[in-house]
Amino acid sequence: MQNTTYHKASSAADAAAKLSGAEDGALLAGGQTLIPTMKQRLAAPSDLVDISGVEEMRGITVSGSTVTIGAMTTHAEVASNAELRSICPGIADLAGHIGDPAVRHRGTLGGSVANNDPAADYPAAMLALGATIKTDKREIAADDFFQGMFSTALDEGEMIVSVSFEAPAKGAYAKFPNPASRYAMCGVFVAQGAGGVRVAVTGAGDDGVFRSADMEDALSGSFSAEALDNVSVSADGMLSDIHGDAAYRANLVKVMAKRAVAAAG
Amino acid sequence: MSEGIGAAVKRKEDKRFITGSGRYTDDIKLENQAYAAFVRSPHAHANVKSIDKSAAEAMDGVLAVLDGKQLTGDGIGNIICGWAITSKDGSPMNMGAWSALATDKVRYVGDAVVAVIAETQAQAAEAAEAVMVEYEELAVAANIEAAVADGAPQIHDNAPGNVIYDWDIGELADTDSALAGAAHVTEMDITNNRLSPNAMEPRAAITKYDAAEDHYTLYTTSQNPHVARLVLSAFYQVAPEHKLRVIAPDVGGGFGSKIYIYPEEIVCLWAAMKTKRSIKWTADRTEAFLTDAHGRDHVTNAKMGFDADGNIVGFKVATKANFGAYMSLFSSAVPTYLYATLLSGTYNIPNIYCEVLAVYSNTVPVDAYRGAGRPEASYLVERMMETAAREMGKDPAELRRQNFIKEFPHQTPVIMNYDSGDFEGNLNQAMEAADWNGFEARKAESAARGKLRGIGMACYIEACGIAPSAAVGSLGAGVGLWESAEVRVNPVGTIEILTGSHSHGQGHETTFAQVVADRFGVPLDSVQIVHGDTDKVQFGMGTYGSRSGPVGMSAIVKALDKVEAKVKKIGAHLLEEPEENIVIEEGTVKATGTNKALGWHEIGLAAYTAHNLPPDMEPGLKEGAFYDPLNFTFPMGCFICEVEVDPDTGKTEILKFVASDDFGVIINPMIVEGQVHGGIAQGVGQALLEEVVYDENGQQLSASYMDYTMPRADDVPSYDVLHHNTKCTTNPLGIKGCGEAGAIGSPPAVINAITNAIGNNDLSMPATPSKVWAALGAAKIAAE
Ligand SMILES: Cc1cc2nc3c(=O)[nH]c(=O)nc-3n(C[C@H](O)[C@H](O)[C@H](O)COP(=O)(O)OP(=O)(O)OC[C@H]3O[C@@H](n4cnc5c(N)ncnc54)[C@H](O)[C@@H]3O)c2cc1C
Repeated sequence: MQNTTYHKASSAADAAAKLSGAEDGALLAGGQTLIPTMKQRLAAPSDLVDISGVEEMRGITVSGSTVTIGAMTTHAEVASNAELRSICPGIADLAGHIGDPAVRHRGTLGGSVANNDPAADYPAAMLALGATIKTDKREIAADDFFQGMFSTALDEGEMIVSVSFEAPAKGAYAKFPNPASRYAMCGVFVAQGAGGVRVAVTGAGDDGVFRSADMEDALSGSFSAEALDNVSVSADGMLSDIHGDAAYRANLVKVMAKRAVAAAG
Repeated sequence: MSEGIGAAVKRKEDKRFITGSGRYTDDIKLENQAYAAFVRSPHAHANVKSIDKSAAEAMDGVLAVLDGKQLTGDGIGNIICGWAITSKDGSPMNMGAWSALATDKVRYVGDAVVAVIAETQAQAAEAAEAVMVEYEELAVAANIEAAVADGAPQIHDNAPGNVIYDWDIGELADTDSALAGAAHVTEMDITNNRLSPNAMEPRAAITKYDAAEDHYTLYTTSQNPHVARLVLSAFYQVAPEHKLRVIAPDVGGGFGSKIYIYPEEIVCLWAAMKTKRSIKWTADRTEAFLTDAHGRDHVTNAKMGFDADGNIVGFKVATKANFGAYMSLFSSAVPTYLYATLLSGTYNIPNIYCEVLAVYSNTVPVDAYRGAGRPEASYLVERMMETAAREMGKDPAELRRQNFIKEFPHQTPVIMNYDSGDFEGNLNQAMEAADWNGFEARKAESAARGKLRGIGMACYIEACGIAPSAAVGSLGAGVGLWESAEVRVNPVGTIEILTGSHSHGQGHETTFAQVVADRFGVPLDSVQIVHGDTDKVQFGMGTYGSRSGPVGMSAIVKALDKVEAKVKKIGAHLLEEPEENIVIEEGTVKATGTNKALGWHEIGLAAYTAHNLPPDMEPGLKEGAFYDPLNFTFPMGCFICEVEVDPDTGKTEILKFVASDDFGVIINPMIVEGQVHGGIAQGVGQALLEEVVYDENGQQLSASYMDYTMPRADDVPSYDVLHHNTKCTTNPLGIKGCGEAGAIGSPPAVINAITNAIGNNDLSMPATPSKVWAALGAAKIAAE
């Protein structure tokens, strides 16, 4: 790891100020992605602005069917919040299967969404739930936010403050973990809500999280696993690596989608 | 409560390990210590055109920037392979030069080129990035097929076609004619996947040079510190043996990978002399993937012939073995004398022929890894047996039973002479524990849930206790493979055992002490095991090949025999009774038929005060012994695995795993069970999860835990570990060894279970979900 200067932010505004004052600064949330990258000398920010003490970016509120989750909320908090679990069990289950306990107690929703790892779990939830990503500057719809692997609509220095979404009538996430990393080799989040059916796939696509229009159409007709039987998932655009080729990933997309629908009930 | 042989006493060493008080190489800090970082080749094959060290040398804290020309200029020798193999045509093996720092050519990604020595680890790492090496990239051969292809890049000038040797064993003509006359021949192409050893503690070295004494000290993660000292002195010319102390303190796992002497230890010793500083280097996990010797990597074609009754008539094997870029210390012995000599398995096979083509490639050197050669043999034989049974429509258990060796000693056609065993006993025990006969009902139950259930077995045999020195010498070994021990009884009766074996997880501090407690009836706590320091222990050949039990403990027994003889003489003298009436029981020296007795401590005191010893007896109570084994030992067993495959995803779940082993006499059943658990976990890792993957440019695609799949707790089942033991007849304790068996017997059991479940014998390790899914698809197409 190279030398870096550590700052602790007291508020979102303080974090933004400290970040803009740095030569080549980076926000430090849970550090579960950023710190390993620095240790491998693949990232070397001049300054780290730690937002773990910013209370306004933390916590889960459920009001009616509207859910708001602060960017600094850890995976463990999302997994164990009873109110959230009762209204949207899919996202709680998703968070409960990220990494291991240590990762879940440090890693945050904001960090995961900002990073947009093509095998990360949260992007599928954000996209399927039609979430709104609130930053210190604006609100961005999930459909516009995720722009291919490791790429998002965030501007330089822009900070996620929270995400919010309407809890769907039905929603679930099915994940096939990569045997080595246990990130998603394929994860499918399905949601049936006021705006219709949304199906988002992570881990499988060669350019990050995506929605499947074919599956959404089929499920709009009948929200059942069988409705997906006749949908064919093409291997085009699927990731191929040492863990599985594109054909295998295409198969997983369908299998996981069916399991998610079955779990959503 | 006995603490002797057979008692499941808790491990003495665990107090320090589980309280975080272990002392590993990286825990050691020496005065005046600096750090080394290595500049490694990013290319798999390239000429080194130039090295510009000026920017690095000018950086803060940098003490020295050292390259291969300086190293060889100072007379440091090349790294060698210590076992000479002769090709079929009588020619010697083609060993290419391996300099600890590359001089003009690099041959794998990770090959060390320059060492930077600096005040801190961070400064060394920083400066290593500033060393500018200009490479001229060459064509790459990143796997066996590429290495032997026409026009393949030449990796070492003295190994034409990248061939190290083309060796064979057995009778070709007899085997060919047996196969020609066979009623059925099963033929398979089998690959044995390449593995990374992944010891929990990465390799490390810390070196010290005392200029006034011209003396060197090396603390390092070694399984055999004396062998390290021997080669560092005799071949690498770092320092003569009496001027070099090698200490292997607590070592966190080895699995073979810490047998060898690597470039980093050599460079750190030399750099300590050059800089007059102590030098520390600790590998990070990436360096471990890039430089620790890998294991396995065989491609084999095999044919097994049977007569009309199902008796094996011949077995013909052609194997290509990938050695990587350089020949590591024991590499040449692994696919020859540790592999082809076990191809008879547990069966009567009258004719065997095996040829092995050893080749260089632009990959990490390959050497012994848990099991070394024997897993490759067992995997091959047991997959052949299973497939043959299916092809002939026979019950796989019955086909094995019919062909088992039943009389001992048994001379195989491939050198080994098995001394003992009851193979059917282990088979029966395992089948009963696995409820083999109830499988069909369980399969139907799985099918009702949409799952595919399969069952598979493997009846492995292996060779431990390496090995009779004269025998291995005649086969090309550069060393003898005996072991030494010294027993020191102190004046107060406590006992220190100095052993040439080295414990890096095996629990020697407990089991070796149990042997002593058993012999004299002294408390376990009064026995201390000393190992891992060339200044303390006279000599030793180290721990690998499950040799510490059969060879290391036998040396202790031999030394104990001498101590016992002297104790009895002293006892007879002091008790004024004839020597033949003296017995040692429960820590007391007694004269039978009398009530005369001496406490154990009284003997020690008498020996050291020497006030009243038998005439002509030397004072003191200390004896040493060297033990050279008479034969290999042959642990064997029957493993049965039951799996369920999810046809939608290809994911395999192991539902049941039964291991019935014959380890001979067991010193500590708890430790043995632990060895079996760990071994099976590694075997399941090989079968389902682990593989080092290179792309065609020789870049490792699996060089981190994001991509290299280590078995985790939820990947392995709860095992049933059973024993049906027969005593080894060739060593004093009757021990066979247990350290590798789990890793040897489990891969074929797992794969045989999966192929049974999916109805397709064409499946290679690791049987990842994607591979199993593809094999299922192929089976479906074949069925249509
Ligand atoms: C062993 C291990 C296993 C894992 N397994 C999984 C898994 O199964 N599934 C999965 O999805 N993930 C997994 N992860 C990743 C984990 O979820 C991380 O926590 C997450 O990707 C990043 O969150 P963080 O809070 O740690 O962010 P950091 O590492 O602190 O930051 C990541 C990046 O996001 C930026 N950032 C952080 N917060 C904000 C913000 N509020 N606004 C703008 N930018 C921000 C940072 O500057 C940095 O560039 C795993 C990680 C580890 C170490």
